[in-house]
Amino acid sequence: MNLAFRDIRHKLGRFILTCLGLSLLLGVVVTMAGIYRGQTADALALSRAIQADIWVVQGDTNGPFAEASRIPGDTREMVARMGGVTAAGSLTFQTVQVKQGSRRLRVQIIGFEPGRPGEPANLIAGRDIHRSHFEVIADRQAGVGLGEKLTMGRNVYTVVGLTEGNVTLSGDSVLYMTLLDAQQLQFDVTPAEGRREVSRGALRVNTNIVNAVVARVSAGFDVQEVAETVRRWKHLSVLTEAQQAEILTRTVIERASRQLGLFMSVLTLVSAVIIALIVYTLTMEKLKEIATLKLIGAPDRTIIGLIVQQALMMGVVGFGFGTTLVALAKDRFPRRIVMESGDLVGLFIVVVCVCILASAVGVRIAVRVDPAKALVG
Amino acid sequence: MSTVDVDMSPQPTAPAAALVEIRGVSKHFGEGEARVDALRDVAFRVRAGEVVGLLGPSGSGKSTLLNVIGCIVEPNEGYVALDGEVVYDHRWLRKDLRHLRLEKIGFIFQTHNLLPFLNCIDNVALVLHLARVPRSEARQRAVELLEYLQVGHRKNAMPAQLSGGEAQRVAIARALANRPRIILADEPTAALDSERAGIVMDLLHKLAVEQQAAIIAVTHDEKILGRLDRVVRLRDGKISL
Repeated sequence: MNLAFRDIRHKLGRFILTCLGLSLLLGVVVTMAGIYRGQTADALALSRAIQADIWVVQGDTNGPFAEASRIPGDTREMVARMGGVTAAGSLTFQTVQVKQGSRRLRVQIIGFEPGRPGEPANLIAGRDIHRSHFEVIADRQAGVGLGEKLTMGRNVYTVVGLTEGNVTLSGDSVLYMTLLDAQQLQFDVTPAEGRREVSRGALRVNTNIVNAVVARVSAGFDVQEVAETVRRWKHLSVLTEAQQAEILTRTVIERASRQLGLFMSVLTLVSAVIIALIVYTLTMEKLKEIATLKLIGAPDRTIIGLIVQQALMMGVVGFGFGTTLVALAKDRFPRRIVMESGDLVGLFIVVVCVCILASAVGVRIAVRVDPAKALVG
Repeated sequence: MSTVDVDMSPQPTAPAAALVEIRGVSKHFGEGEARVDALRDVAFRVRAGEVVGLLGPSGSGKSTLLNVIGCIVEPNEGYVALDGEVVYDHRWLRKDLRHLRLEKIGFIFQTHNLLPFLNCIDNVALVLHLARVPRSEARQRAVELLEYLQVGHRKNAMPAQLSGGEAQRVAIARALANRPRIILADEPTAALDSERAGIVMDLLHKLAVEQQAAIIAVTHDEKILGRLDRVVRLRDGKISL
């Protein structure tokens, strides 16, 4: 006869409400873990999607994600001519706000050279860019449809393809366009601004600037050796794919991870306090029943079992509700939430431990209950 | 303990055997000026088949005496024997007092004290469950006891759905579940009207005779005095004649 289960069944409505409240709290803890994983995945998604072996960037920088980087457009030809490099492509990165109907859409534009490294990955609908100008490929998360027209700068672009999972570290969707279009969008000025520049005698600005050159290295060559060769050109820096991933995970999202970790710890502590308070209240409500149980000969383990099992049921059901809630709502969340089974198992173990610890207060009270209390009217 | 029949026939114990015997029992609470002597050199015996009433004004030591016999409160000195076993002789002679209560004593409370989250069968079967009686046997005996006490038709009801008299009869069934030889009742009729109080006392009397149990009932209720075999009056912690 499981007394904990019977007691819960007797007050099922209250138990469900308590679990729902707890599930929201534990759901936030699960969300925090999911956001952390999502952030890591987002941070690496773009660099992985580009599938480059080396990233050539401005000298003494860790660009283009962690730091700003500007290098001449002809760097790509220099890199492509190196021994061991099978292909190289120039890339530009810029964040813009696109007016889409009544809303402003914040996107990261990647300018790439069709047919070279850096092309959009994970195309799920539509086609690649076939024309040199005014075609874009957007990530599904941006919420734009195939054939939709987007006005950026002085030009109108047509969405010809959709990708999936191409977002930046800050969660912005990526929009791919040709390098020429991207450079034009970055450097072209309005006619009025152009006339003013001409009238003040300003020199024509070189617009053949890119943010990085990515290259793929032949299987027979050592990536490190190729990178070393590029490093000898003093005005450039080189990052291998592994270094780029390390910079992104260690430096770029380190602070965010610490913040999330702190929030998770605080929320877990708050959950523990709340569970302890609920268990305390439930125990105080049952003092007479506990005294009666002791009087009729129930051993301590029966009474401890009643309290610990209730705390565990509350934690387990709350965690289950919370996880289900997050799983159902995660796609509507503004940031990517990645629920990894390892994290969930880890959190579940933490919740179980928290419940056992939190029930200590109730157990302490219950064990000390005087059976004579049962005789008091 | 594991048998399930409701055999109310006399047990092999000799009719005059003392099931409860206490001698020279004293109990005080606090020390110095705050000391309160709850029991002073109390001695009495209750035989099998007897229903004894403990009477006395508030603070006379009735509840303390009941708690001493129920192995809930440890006396300061004296001798206590239950069902032929010496359980206290200046110190507890058994460490597993809860098991002792489970084995030998049945409790009936002023308010029924049924567990609100268990139905009538489970409230009664719980005691058997604690004594490790198999579930099906425990339930069968619980049903038989409830029927014997004429509340069988309410076996699946929750305590909150019972009338005062029904709840008290279920509580009596629980007290009898393990066939205890000693039944301690604390104001068993306090929450009942005179008619139902009479029924409960008659029932206790019948049980004492049929089960050869010793029943000790603390009461203030003068109306039930006629239904007791003997009355022990307490005043200031002493038995008064």
